[in-house]
Amino acid sequence: MESLSNRKKVLEQKPMTFGEKIYLPSIAKGLAITFKHIFKKRETIFYPEQERPVSENWRGLHSLKRDEQGRERCTACGLCALACPAEAITMTAAERKKGEEGLYREEKYAAVYEINMLRCIFCGLCEEACPKEAIYLDGPFLEADYLRKDFIFGKDKLVEEPLKS
Amino acid sequence: MSERVKVTIDGISVEVEQGTTILNAARLIGGEIVPPAMCYYSKLEGSGGKCRTCLVKVSKGSEKDPRPMPKLVASCRTTVMEGMEVQNITSPEVKEARKGVVELLLINHPLDCPVCDQAGECHLQDLSYEHGSAATRYEFDRRSFERRDIGDKIQLHMTRCILCYRCVYVADQITDRREHGVLGRGDAAEISTYIEKAIENDFSGNVIDVCPVGALTDRTFRFKNRVWFTKPVDAHCNCDKCSGKVTLWYKGEDVIRVTARKDEYGEVESFICNDCRFEKKKTSDWVIEGPRKISKHSVISANHYEQLAPPPVIRKNPALKEANKEQFERVIRY
Ligand code: SF4
Ligand code: SF4
Ligand code: SF4
Ligand code: FES
Repeated sequence: MESLSNRKKVLEQKPMTFGEKIYLPSIAKGLAITFKHIFKKRETIFYPEQERPVSENWRGLHSLKRDEQGRERCTACGLCALACPAEAITMTAAERKKGEEGLYREEKYAAVYEINMLRCIFCGLCEEACPKEAIYLDGPFLEADYLRKDFIFGKDKLVEEPLKS
Repeated sequence: MSERVKVTIDGISVEVEQGTTILNAARLIGGEIVPPAMCYYSKLEGSGGKCRTCLVKVSKGSEKDPRPMPKLVASCRTTVMEGMEVQNITSPEVKEARKGVVELLLINHPLDCPVCDQAGECHLQDLSYEHGSAATRYEFDRRSFERRDIGDKIQLHMTRCILCYRCVYVADQITDRREHGVLGRGDAAEISTYIEKAIENDFSGNVIDVCPVGALTDRTFRFKNRVWFTKPVDAHCNCDKCSGKVTLWYKGEDVIRVTARKDEYGEVESFICNDCRFEKKKTSDWVIEGPRKISKHSVISANHYEQLAPPPVIRKNPALKEANKEQFERVIRY
């Protein structure tokens, strides 16, 4: 049939000549390219010692933020878990006790907060859903590990370091 | 006295009994022309007339006196007349007024939804989503109250109350003593039981269900989970105090909350007693009827599927079918 876009190229299959059949010229050509690159600028970098710059809207590992007074912002509202298309987030809420006002911003907080990084597709929808500006995907890459259970990040890995005063 | 009169609401005619309110006439028609109601509650005598969300425009008073009513009227308190013509969503004036009412209701309402247990089934949330504006123009501090316990099962967050008086009518109607009321006037008005006396009546828990917002909530459910992560299931039991018809809210295997069954207007079908609501939290206490139907527009039905539609590759291959057995079952077990 006639091509509509006219961009189709028809390949011809000719039998190989003697020069092509012995492959030696092709091997020499390939090696020439290889050796040429020894003297060129290197394209790769030594990760993790070196890191490439990432774009402004880069989405890496999640972190749970603290406010100016060092209190955890997350109030376990579950909107991130609802928004998450990969069902990666789970949490358990707890009520703030008297005397814990310096630890948690709202009267409810997440006692357990887990993200399964193997499920996560780093889409950033949790960040967009959060009404408390508590979760941001501003971390580094996810590092490799051996066991699946080690990819379930709890609050110990997610929550920001406490403020130093 | 059962004379029937004809009214036209947003161009749809309906014949109703004389003495019916415009709101109830609209509910007979159903659909999106039903005005929202925050304070009117068909099961509570005398309720309505407080919140003004149900405002409608009467463009023709009646057959005898076809002049329009001078102001927008509260449809829950205005009865129909022969030949009356009413505009609800077809009137820009009503929409504008409703937006104003929502703004007023929200003036003192805290932005508590992430913390509030009512979120997901809150009428104020729905109302402001549909009719309100996204920003506030109010610059002063909202009124604030201490959170209070009414008895050991009911929690009162007075900051969230919109003073619809529904809970007061419940207390008046279901109990024979007056134990719960509104104290103070205007900005200082608040819901209270005198001297924080615990409500001991068997039906006091119903104030939780009638409250359109999260001001009265179940303490046994406090912060347990978000309603949209739980699964509603209809069940009943033989209760000698009440009808025993309830909705159980499951998380996994556990019943974490029991409520009365609510219809499409958020009104309970029948009031249930405190034993059913607070004490019977085991599946064995109940006869399960089946999953509760939730409107597909509700956040509660988000990510809940009524049928499982497995891809053909799973349906045809017996080995894969066996491997996914649990998933097939889960749909039926909800
Ligand atoms: S980035 Fe996307 S997939 Fe990952 S946890 Fe957030 S919402 Fe879920
Ligand atoms: S991270 Fe944000 S969206 Fe998620 S539970 Fe916490 S407050 Fe809610
Ligand atoms: S506590 Fe709830 S039901 Fe009672 S008046 Fe306030 S908003 Fe209405
Ligand atoms: S529902 Fe009519 S005034 Fe509140």
